[in-house]
Amino acid sequence: MEKFTIQAQAKTTLGGKSPHALTGVVASGNLEILFERKEAPLTVTVEVMTASHGYKPVWEAVIKDFVERASPGGMHIAIHDNGARPDTVLLRLMQGARLMETQS
Amino acid sequence: MTDWIKQKKERARRLKEVVSLVSGKEVQPADVTALLERVICSGDRVCLEGDNQKQADFLAECLTQVDPSQVHDLHIVQSGLVLSEHLDLFRLGIARKLDFSYSGPQSAAIARALDQGKIELGAIHTYIELFARYFVDLTPNVALIAAVSADRKGNLYTGPNTEDTPTIVEATAYKNGIVIAQVNKIVDEVPRIDIPGDQIDFIVQAPKPFYVEPLFTRDPAAVTETQILMAMIALKGIYAEYRPRRLNHGIGFATAAIELLLPTYGEQLGLRGEVATHWALNPHPTLIPAIESGWVQQIHCFGSEVGMDRYMSARPDVYFIGHDGTLRSNRLLCQNAGLYACDMFIGSTLQIDLAGNSSTVTPDRIAGFGGAPNMGADAHGRRHVSEAWLKAGHEAAGSEGPLVRGRKLVVQMVETFGEGMKPAFVEELDSIALARKLGMPLAPVMIFGDDVTHIVTEEGIANLLLCRNADDVEQAIRGVAGYTPVGLARDRAKVEALRARGVIRRPEDLGIDLLQADRNLLAARSIRDLVTWSDGLYAPPSKFRNW
Repeated sequence: MEKFTIQAQAKTTLGGKSPHALTGVVASGNLEILFERKEAPLTVTVEVMTASHGYKPVWEAVIKDFVERASPGGMHIAIHDNGARPDTVLLRLMQGARLMETQS
Repeated sequence: MTDWIKQKKERARRLKEVVSLVSGKEVQPADVTALLERVICSGDRVCLEGDNQKQADFLAECLTQVDPSQVHDLHIVQSGLVLSEHLDLFRLGIARKLDFSYSGPQSAAIARALDQGKIELGAIHTYIELFARYFVDLTPNVALIAAVSADRKGNLYTGPNTEDTPTIVEATAYKNGIVIAQVNKIVDEVPRIDIPGDQIDFIVQAPKPFYVEPLFTRDPAAVTETQILMAMIALKGIYAEYRPRRLNHGIGFATAAIELLLPTYGEQLGLRGEVATHWALNPHPTLIPAIESGWVQQIHCFGSEVGMDRYMSARPDVYFIGHDGTLRSNRLLCQNAGLYACDMFIGSTLQIDLAGNSSTVTPDRIAGFGGAPNMGADAHGRRHVSEAWLKAGHEAAGSEGPLVRGRKLVVQMVETFGEGMKPAFVEELDSIALARKLGMPLAPVMIFGDDVTHIVTEEGIANLLLCRNADDVEQAIRGVAGYTPVGLARDRAKVEALRARGVIRRPEDLGIDLLQADRNLLAARSIRDLVTWSDGLYAPPSKFRNW
């Protein structure tokens, strides 16, 4: 198990009121992501717990794209990847951001 | 003086040799090997019917038992090389040369045999290409075929898996060849005549029914959310944009996801009756919910599919059904329909390079082509127009006008990473290394880049019709290649410029709500759901039954 944290600055704060959201189910052969609204307005912190070693550059690329596409300012995000592929991670991140924006 | 009837005399000579082994046209199973040794001569071209699905497996087994000192150097000309017996012919020295189309389960064994020099390879063809050569320079001397039943005159009922049989028999019987059919049962009267008896020389009731491979069954339970997202992108970015009514789907999970999304997401987009009404398609079980929801008017099939027969018989308004009440398929005609009468082919592949060329060859597997290259090719002989065809042509030309021809939509759907995190996008196709190793003058390419119009991945659509040069194409492909090395090496500024031009479209550009990319969007989430949709008429093969 490899663990690291990636920090980024978003252009805007993520909309919505929801304090937290969970996407995916860790035991289902899929990854689990917890979103919490607890960072400074433009800060994004992503904690990654991954089963596969040596993919940090790919994670950095995925999170950079995610921050550009969803602008998730204020989010603290914890990922248990369960060996998921980068495209699944990005889809889950985008879905998590949508949940934070839409869920009341 | 020229002898103009040499072939006719040779045929008569061979038939005379086996008079003692037959009663009428009937041969006993135990006598088949002896019969084959007398009617097949060394150097003959032989078609041992191996279709995409149906296999003349008993005759294949008998052919492996002939004495190689009597019968050798055969030239095997058949579309599917899928049984281990087919490879045994080369291992045993009975056959030497091979022209084929598809190998599926034997793809690794063929690669090994080629490498060891056991097979002299003519060419790997597409289906209609090989069938075409049956009538020009690869006409079989002997055809060993399979059918469900025969009467004593040799009239054959092929059952729903008619597939290649009429084409093989036509080429062989009308050129003084010899045709031998294995059948599951010899009967007094066949339900319908698929092949007239005067084209059949011998029939044998095989000890067990011929083998049929279930090839087109995709379990909805295995469809992932990434595949659902890709299906949504395709439906909104391609089906809704171009409105292709006539089409063919490949057999992968991505297109199965589209089929399962037609009654849900497709309905939301208002596409029912507007797209995907007429098909050249194998009997995909995953299309059942769309058929039952009134999407589909008509389907012509290349072959059949295990478990679908009763369902199709009960839907004769949709499928091509004989007066006996069962499906009639025909690979040659359906491939031709896919080539000339369809506005779109959409299917998966294993590898795509920076010019959009795609291949399913890996260094140790030669799966052959099957039908995809014809489905996935623009037919330059097409002259009739449709909205989808013209729109694609106008996009490619960048103009309209009385001399601007249309284009077939050829869409490749790939997840950026395949099994075992293998990138689908590569700088160079593996097939090039294989061609180098085997000394092939042309590397096996499934679909050439100049025929591909769109590439769909989970990252979005690359519209190659709107690309104006090789650099556009390369960056458009890199721009949807995700986190593969090819994708990470993109020029971000160029990719954004292509996005502004609409060459690349992301889910957000298409207004796709990612929260909808969920398994609940599938019209059926299991094989059992498909059975329910079919009103209990679909009878899935046992390996797909998990209840």
